[in-house]
Amino acid sequence: MLLEVSDLTIEILTPTGAERVVNGGSFTLDEGESLGIVGESGSGKTMTSLALMGLTPENALVSGSIRFEGQELVGLGEEEMRALRGDRIAMVFQEPMTALNPLHRVGAQVAEPLILHRGMTKAAAGARAVELLEHVRLADPARAARSYPFMLSGGERQRAMIAMAIGCSPRLVIADEPTTALDVTVQARILELIDGLRAESRMALVLVSHDLAVIAGHCDRVVVMYAGAILESGPVEAVLTRPRNPYTRALLEARPRPGARRGDRLKTIPGSPPLHHEAAQGCPFSPRCPLAIEVCGRAPPPEIKFGSERMSRCHRARELDERS
Amino acid sequence: MKQASRPRPPRGASLWIGAALVGALLAAAAISFVWTPYPPAAIDIPHKFAPPSAAHWFGTDSLGRDVASQLLAGSRISILVGVVAVGIGLIFGVAFGLVAAFSRGVIEDAIMKASDFLFAFPALLSAIMLTSTYGPGVVNAIVAIGVYNAPVIAKLTRATANSVLAREYALAARAAGRGPLAIAFDHVLPNIAPSLIVQATIQFAIAILAEAALSYLGLGAQPPQASWGRMLAEAQNVLYNAPRLAVFPGVAIALSVLGLNLLGDGLRDALDPKLRARS
Repeated sequence: MLLEVSDLTIEILTPTGAERVVNGGSFTLDEGESLGIVGESGSGKTMTSLALMGLTPENALVSGSIRFEGQELVGLGEEEMRALRGDRIAMVFQEPMTALNPLHRVGAQVAEPLILHRGMTKAAAGARAVELLEHVRLADPARAARSYPFMLSGGERQRAMIAMAIGCSPRLVIADEPTTALDVTVQARILELIDGLRAESRMALVLVSHDLAVIAGHCDRVVVMYAGAILESGPVEAVLTRPRNPYTRALLEARPRPGARRGDRLKTIPGSPPLHHEAAQGCPFSPRCPLAIEVCGRAPPPEIKFGSERMSRCHRARELDERS
Repeated sequence: MKQASRPRPPRGASLWIGAALVGALLAAAAISFVWTPYPPAAIDIPHKFAPPSAAHWFGTDSLGRDVASQLLAGSRISILVGVVAVGIGLIFGVAFGLVAAFSRGVIEDAIMKASDFLFAFPALLSAIMLTSTYGPGVVNAIVAIGVYNAPVIAKLTRATANSVLAREYALAARAAGRGPLAIAFDHVLPNIAPSLIVQATIQFAIAILAEAALSYLGLGAQPPQASWGRMLAEAQNVLYNAPRLAVFPGVAIALSVLGLNLLGDGLRDALDPKLRARS
C-alpha cells in the first residue's frame, strides 16, 4: 500500500479553543490509483491534503496516522518531511495565477525541485525543465521556460505547475482543485494530461474537488467529506450511482442536470454546513438530513461496511442499501 | 462621464524632481571631496559677515568661513549619516522582520514587542540618550539614528513578508521541498524589495533631519567638521545680524529632505504594479 491514512484528526487551535476540522478520517491509496476527495467548502478536504504534505498551518494539531511508503508522516521532523516534498510527494495547487512566483521565470521555477532533490546543476535542470514543459504539452516549451508567469495563460500556467510537480517523478501527486480556476474546455484538457501522466508512470493521485463530474471521470475511488468527517467512501462508480449515505445522495441531486426545463429549480440541500465542528454529539449532517431520525442527533453514526471496499457513516445506511 | 479635474502634475514628476534633488545632493558631496571654493574650516576674521559676492557666493560667517564651502562639505555628513544609519536599520530590521515572519508564535511576539518598545521612544530622545551616555560625535549619532530605523524596517518587513508567505507560491515552494532560508531569499525578499526601497528613502530623509537636529544640539558633528545642523546652531547666535547664515543651511536641509521624500513617492508609484496597471 502506497498511502495508508487512519484516524486522521486535525484540530485548529484558536484563542477560543480547539476546533476540529478533520475528524477521524481513514483511507488508503495504492500505487497508480487515484482517489477523489469531494466535499463542500469547509468540509476539511483541503486540510486533509495539506496534512499529507505536512503543510498544515502552525496552529493545527495533527493526530492519527499517515503512512506513506511505510514511513509514518505524522510527527515526522521538518527536515525529513522537506526531503519528501517535491520529490516523493508533490502538489498541484488551485490557483495557477498565484502558485507561481511572479518574479521568477517559469523555467527556473520548474527547475527548482530538480536542483534541490536531484542535485542537478542549474544548466542541466534548466534543460530538463524545458523537456518537462514539453512533456506537459506546452506549445513552445523553450519560450514558456523563458517567460514570466504573467505572460502565460491560466491553462499554460497550470501545465507549468504540473511540470514542476512531476519533475522528480513523485509516487503521489496531490491536486487540490487543480482545474477550478480554469475554463471548462481547458479543464478537460488538463485533467486528460494528468490521466496520461499517471498512466505512463503509475503515480498515485489524490484529487480534491467539489465537482462530482470531475471526480467521476478521473478517479478510481472517492471519499465524501462533510464537516470534517468522511461520510462515505468506495469505488467511484458504485458510490455515485448507488449512494449509501443521504449526504452523497443530496449532493448528487443538487447537480445541475442537462435537459432541465426553464423554470425548473435547481435542487439544493436546505440549511448550511455547521460553522464550528465542535464534537457534535450526533451525525454532523443530521440537522439537514431528510432521513434523520431521533438517534441521528444523539449518537455519532457508526462506520458501516459493505464488502471490503465501501463504507458509509450513517445510522440508516443499511436501509438505503435495501432501497437502491 | 466628465469629471471636474484639477490640473495634476504629470505622472512621474515627483520621481524626476526627487531624483534631481537627490542627485544634486550626491553631486555636492562628491565635488566637496576634490574641490571647495575655500577650505571649509579656514577662519578669516577680517572678512567676517561678508555678504554674498563673487568671491564668497553665499558670504562668510561670524569667523569669516566661506558658507558655500561649508555647505558643500556639510552634505558629506548628511549623506554619511543617512547611508550608514539606513544601512544599519535595513540590516537589523530586515533580519529581525524576516525571523519574526518565519518563526511565528513566541519569537515573533518577542521581536515585535521589542521593536514596539524601541519605536515608542521618540527618535531624538533616544539619540540624545545614546550620545549623552557615550559622548557626542558623528559615530554615536549614526548608531542612535540607526537604532531608531531598525524597528521601522522590522515592522514593515514582517508585515509585507507575512503577506508574501500567505501567497500560494510560498506554499508551493514549501510543497517543492524548499527550506525557510531559500524561501526567504528567493521568494520573500524580491517581492518585498520595492516597499523596502521606498521606506529606505523616507528613513534616509528622517536620518538627515535627525543628524541636523543632533548637530544643532551639539551632540552630532563636532567642530571643525562641517555640518548643516552645526551651521544652524552657530547662525542662531547671530540671527539678528546675519539671518542669511541660518537660511542657507536650512534651505539645504529642506531641499534634501524634500528631494528624498519626492523620490520615495515617485519610486512607490513606479514600483507598485497596481498603480502601473491603471495608467
